[in-house]
Amino acid sequence: MHALQVNNLTKTYANGVEALKGVSLNVEEGDFFAFLGPNGAGKSTLIGIMSSLVNASSGEVNIFGTSVQQQRSLAMSHIGLVPQELNFNQFEKPIDIIVNQAGYYGISRKVALERAEKYLTQLQLWDKHDEISRMLSGGMKRRLMIARAMVNEPKLLILDEPTAGVDIEIRRSMWEFIREINESGTTVILTTHYLEEAEELCRNIAIIDHGEIIQNTDMKSLLGTLDIETFVLDIREPLLVAPQIEGMELKLRDQFTLEASLPKNKSLNALFSALDKLDVRVLSMRNKANRLEELFLRLVDKGALS
Amino acid sequence: MNARVNWTGYKTIVRKEVTRILRIWAQTVVPPAITMTLYFIIFGNLIGRRIGDMGGFDYMQFIVPGLIMMSVITSSYGNMVSSFFGAKFGRHIEELLISPLPNWVILAGYVTGALVRGMMVGSVVMVISLFFTRVEVQYPLIMVSVLLMTSVVFAMAGMVNAIFANKFDDIAIVPTFILTPLTYLGGVFYSISLLPEFWQKISAFNPILYMVNGFRYGILGVSDVEIGYAYIIMSVFGVTLAGLCLWLLHKGTGLRS
Repeated sequence: MHALQVNNLTKTYANGVEALKGVSLNVEEGDFFAFLGPNGAGKSTLIGIMSSLVNASSGEVNIFGTSVQQQRSLAMSHIGLVPQELNFNQFEKPIDIIVNQAGYYGISRKVALERAEKYLTQLQLWDKHDEISRMLSGGMKRRLMIARAMVNEPKLLILDEPTAGVDIEIRRSMWEFIREINESGTTVILTTHYLEEAEELCRNIAIIDHGEIIQNTDMKSLLGTLDIETFVLDIREPLLVAPQIEGMELKLRDQFTLEASLPKNKSLNALFSALDKLDVRVLSMRNKANRLEELFLRLVDKGALS
Repeated sequence: MNARVNWTGYKTIVRKEVTRILRIWAQTVVPPAITMTLYFIIFGNLIGRRIGDMGGFDYMQFIVPGLIMMSVITSSYGNMVSSFFGAKFGRHIEELLISPLPNWVILAGYVTGALVRGMMVGSVVMVISLFFTRVEVQYPLIMVSVLLMTSVVFAMAGMVNAIFANKFDDIAIVPTFILTPLTYLGGVFYSISLLPEFWQKISAFNPILYMVNGFRYGILGVSDVEIGYAYIIMSVFGVTLAGLCLWLLHKGTGLRS
C-alpha cells in the first residue's frame, strides 16, 4: 500500500507564485524517503498540503488511501509532523505540550502521560519535562517537536529539516531514533539540507526544483548515476598552475590545495601515479562533497540552466 | 471512535484554556475586578447618590446587572481573541489544524474556554457588588441563560476578529472602537427611556442593549426591552456567528495558506 500518493498537485499562492506545478509522487508503506530540493523549490508547500496546513490549487494527496482533501480528519489521524519552524507554545512545559497534542488525537491523559515520558526519555529530554519550553536550547526544541509528533504513534512521520542547527552528536542520536522508528514500521519522509543525512538514512529519494519533481528513484540507483567525483588534495610543495592530466580536470584552490575531478572509469591510482610523475606530493585527500551532494548540485544546476 | 476522539479533544482544549486563564490570573481576573470596583465606588456610590432612583431601583442596584454583563462581554471576547490570535501568531494553532479534530470541536473548545473566563469574572464582579448593594435575583434561569448566551456570542465574535487579525493592533481595534462604545451605549448606566425618542430608536439597533436588559430583567425584574426580543436577538447572533466561524475555519481563512 502507498503511505503517500500525490497526484498532479498544483499550488499557486494568492501573490501569483506557482509553488507546485503538477507534482506526482508515491511513497511506499515502511519506506524511509528523502524529499530534497533547494530553498523555495516547493518542499514545504508540499508538506503543508500533506498535513492540511496549505490548501492545494488542484490535484490530490492520499495518506494511506485516505484523501486529505475529502476526508481530512481520517487522513490526519495517520500522520505526525515535525515542521521546519518552531510551532509550540514556548510558555508551556514540554510535558503539557505533548500531552495536549495527544488529547487532540483522542488519546486519554493516562496513556498520553506514559507516551510523553517514553518519547521524552528516548530523545533525552525527560529531565526537562517540567521546565518552560522557552528555556530549552535550539536542539532540545527540535527534539521536543519530534516527541510531540510521535505521541499519536503515526503511521507516517514527516520531518521537515528536523536536525537544522543541531550539533553533530545530537544529530546522530536523532538519526538513531528516527531509524528505529522506521524499523518499527513507521513510514518516514525526511527533508533536509544535510545531504549526508539523506544518504545515510533514506532508501528512496525525490528531488524537487522550481515546483517540479526532477528526480524520483531509489538512493542506490541515483548514486550509481554519479559519473564524476571530485577530491580535494593537500599537497606538500606550492604550485602556481594546476597540473594537466589527460582525462581528468584539475584546479588549484590555493597554492597548497588541488581539486581533482575524476570520471567514474578512472581510478585514484591513475591520478596518484600521474601526480607522482609530475613531482606533486599529496599529503592528504578528502571528498569535496558527499556523493549525494555532488549529484544534487548537478541536477539542480542543470535545472537552473535549462 | 470519532465521538471519543472529539470528546477527548474538546476536554483537552478546555483544560488548556482554563489552565491558561488561571496561569495568568493577574491579567484575566484581577483587572476587571479592580475596574468594576471603581465603577461601583464612583458611579454607584458617589455619583449614584445624587442621581437617585432609576427604573424603580436605587442607582447602585440598577447598574449592577449592566456592570456584570459588561465584564462578561469584555472577558469572553478578550479571552477568545487573545488566546486564538496568540496561538495563530505563535503558530501553535497548527497543533490543532493538523489534528483529526473537526472544526466544530475546535470552536466549541475555545468558546467554552471563553465562557469559563466570562463566568469567573462575572461571578467575581457579582460578589464585589454585594459589598455595595443588595442583589435579589428575580428570575435565576433568565439571568443564567442570558449570561451564557451573551458570553458565547461574544466569544465567537472574538474568534472572527482573531481569524482576520494579522497583528496585535488588529485585535485591539474592535474592542476599542466597536465593543466599548456599544457597551456604554447599551444601557449599562441608564435606562433608554431617559433618551429622546430618536436616540431610543437608534439604540434599538444595538444588540448589547438587549443582552444588558435581558440580564437586568433576570436580576431586577425590569427591562427596557421585551425579554423575548432579547432571546431572539441573541439566538440570531449566536447562530450567524457560529456559521461564520465554522465557514472561516473550513476555508482556513487566516490559518491555512
